[in-house]
Amino acid sequence: MKFNFKRKYLSFPYVLFLILFVVIPVLFIVYYAFSNKGGHLSFQNLVKFFSDSTNVNVLIISFVYAIINTVCCLLIGYPLAMILANKKLNKSTVLVMMFVMPMWINFVIRTGATRDLLNWIGISTGANSTLTTSIGLVYNYLPFVILPLYTTMLKMDQSQIEASADLGANKVQTFFKVIIPMTMPGIVSAATMVFMPTLSSYVISDILSEYNVVLFGSYIDLYFGQADWNFGSFMALIMLILIGISVYITRKFDRGEQGRRSIW
Amino acid sequence: MANNEIILELKDVNKKFDDSYAVENFNLNVKKGEFVTFLGPSGCGKTTTLRMIAGFEIPTSGQILLNGQDIGQLPPYKRPLNTVFQRYALFPHLDVYDNIAFGLKLRKLPYKTKDKKGNVVTKYRKYTREEIDEKVVAALKIVDLEAFESRNVTTLSGGQQQRVAIARAIVNEPEILLLDEPLGALDLKMRKEMQLELKAMHKKLGITFIYVTHDQEEALTMSDTIVVMKDGQIQQIGSPMNIYNEPANAFVADFIGESNIYVGTMTGSKKVRFLTSTWDCVDDFPINEKVDVVVRPEDIKIVPVNKGNVNAKIISKIFKGIHYQFTAMVGNNEVLIQSTEDSPVDIEVGLSIAPDLIQIMEREFTSNVYEDGYINKNNKVVFAGATWDCDVTQLVEGSSLDEDGYFIAKGKKYDLNDLDVIVDVDMHDIEISDDLEAGNIVGEIIQMVWKGDHYQLIIRTEDEEDFVVDTEWTWNEFDKVSVKINPSKIKLKLKDDLSKYEI
Repeated sequence: MKFNFKRKYLSFPYVLFLILFVVIPVLFIVYYAFSNKGGHLSFQNLVKFFSDSTNVNVLIISFVYAIINTVCCLLIGYPLAMILANKKLNKSTVLVMMFVMPMWINFVIRTGATRDLLNWIGISTGANSTLTTSIGLVYNYLPFVILPLYTTMLKMDQSQIEASADLGANKVQTFFKVIIPMTMPGIVSAATMVFMPTLSSYVISDILSEYNVVLFGSYIDLYFGQADWNFGSFMALIMLILIGISVYITRKFDRGEQGRRSIW
Repeated sequence: MANNEIILELKDVNKKFDDSYAVENFNLNVKKGEFVTFLGPSGCGKTTTLRMIAGFEIPTSGQILLNGQDIGQLPPYKRPLNTVFQRYALFPHLDVYDNIAFGLKLRKLPYKTKDKKGNVVTKYRKYTREEIDEKVVAALKIVDLEAFESRNVTTLSGGQQQRVAIARAIVNEPEILLLDEPLGALDLKMRKEMQLELKAMHKKLGITFIYVTHDQEEALTMSDTIVVMKDGQIQQIGSPMNIYNEPANAFVADFIGESNIYVGTMTGSKKVRFLTSTWDCVDDFPINEKVDVVVRPEDIKIVPVNKGNVNAKIISKIFKGIHYQFTAMVGNNEVLIQSTEDSPVDIEVGLSIAPDLIQIMEREFTSNVYEDGYINKNNKVVFAGATWDCDVTQLVEGSSLDEDGYFIAKGKKYDLNDLDVIVDVDMHDIEISDDLEAGNIVGEIIQMVWKGDHYQLIIRTEDEEDFVVDTEWTWNEFDKVSVKINPSKIKLKLKDDLSKYEI
């Protein structure tokens, strides 16, 4: 029999991958989240999560850290990306590489080095855990902010900035009325690339706060470590729902930008 | 419409990018309400000039006076001028209304008021929402886009976007509206429509327009005054009629409309010889002077054989709608003729031209002269950024070179190393080749003008040295070619006192 190649066959490897590594694990998480240790259907994890204020507090603290991290990264990354994208100030791509290069080093080693460096210059990771965790988070996520902003700014048409000046806007007005709105897609995708992973990150907070700061990610890890897969799965499910909500919000933000979608 | 009040004055404006001049010695007066067009091929400096007026470029030297005040150093947002950009440059994050209102919302209006002590002070206020509303609606009406207020600019067609861009500029009631090839991205039909609309808009608004284009037809259609530019320099300033009928030089004649350009010689008072015949003309130049002669194709009349001033053979005919275009040969010279009357091909005819339709102008180039040449230690001449073989014995009659390379003249011995000379090379004597290894230096063809039986090319090297070359061969603009000169054709003249080089 002759084999007829159809274009849809090309999707098979991807569908297989999706089922094996996304759909089935998610189903497992849902199954574990709504069953007890005996494997019977139960809502005891849901009750346990919302009845203990510690759980909700960890979630709120994680949110606060994620927000602080996102804001700091944007405040530092935005001007940096502007400088990097300015052809007059930055004539080569070497500078961009320098910001990306730290990502080539294994991040556990990098974070360990950050801890030692901070202790060495006198910022003790034990005593100033809030500060050190924040520094570590910002340092690690900065490249993820710079890159999307840098690419959006490179694509920005110089004539729109000139048009703004032509219509009577000074540099500050041009920045807030034209440059920021026009780089919004970059800002949104940069924020998503920082906010979501910060919520679930745990290595940075563990190492840099000597376990003083517990983020949601470490919390989930803690329960899995204690072999309480059911409660861990329930929290992972909450995480998943939160990510879903924020992707939905981001989509709304991105609408109106034609042909461009953030990578999430 | 245009009165005599001067609104904008450019005085000796120069703009240098790195080492080369984009705009050189630009002098221009613009009258209030005038429609001025900067016309020229790409890279002629027209956009740079406009950008200097708008404030996006600061002149290297010179003054830009608006109503008598120098605005040359002011940032764009402080200039009461607005620009319509080539690719519209609308803000994609704002809708049509907000794009147009952008400038209005930023504007601060001075008004006089009395403070508590009764002194008159100047305060500033912003436009109210109602005022902005009124102005935006009026601007949209002018550009025929009523009811488009809340449309997203990215969903508009090119023509509509251009209208929004125009509305965004005129809503601020600028003293001068600057337009940088605003119709360049539109298709031909749309462009023709917009040309007439812009012209009507100019009449209605009474604002001074400065318009940049490379399209000569557009310039002729719309302008009160055309500034023809080439290589950063003004070639001619004049009304469309003036520029078409009385081009200042062969470049302008060639660039504006179609034309026949020939090399002629003055043979008497108001008599010029070209196309193998002598013609009456209305311009007077010294006898025997070589001149450029320009005749527009529509000014040549086809008459029966021997009834005209010269006989020609028609070799081709093209029907162009409202007229026929003939190509005729007079000896080796090609003549382009446009006529509404048909005529068979391959016959002998006579040609006649009314004396006042023969334009005579001084030749721009008669030969290549390099004032800064010098002889190197190998008795070769260095000029135009290259080293050339030459015959140095022409410097002094009866001189020769001895076996060591020293120059012997009138019994004295000279070392010619570093001797300054003036080099003169005739335009016919320069050979060009597309084999870039074949010549002494490589350049790019930056201009090509057909002169009846040959092309006149200008070849520019990387160091901005020019060679003017007459050739019968067809090349293309922007071709890279190498330049070679037969050593015996390089004419040298002493510039220095030779005795300093005696040894």
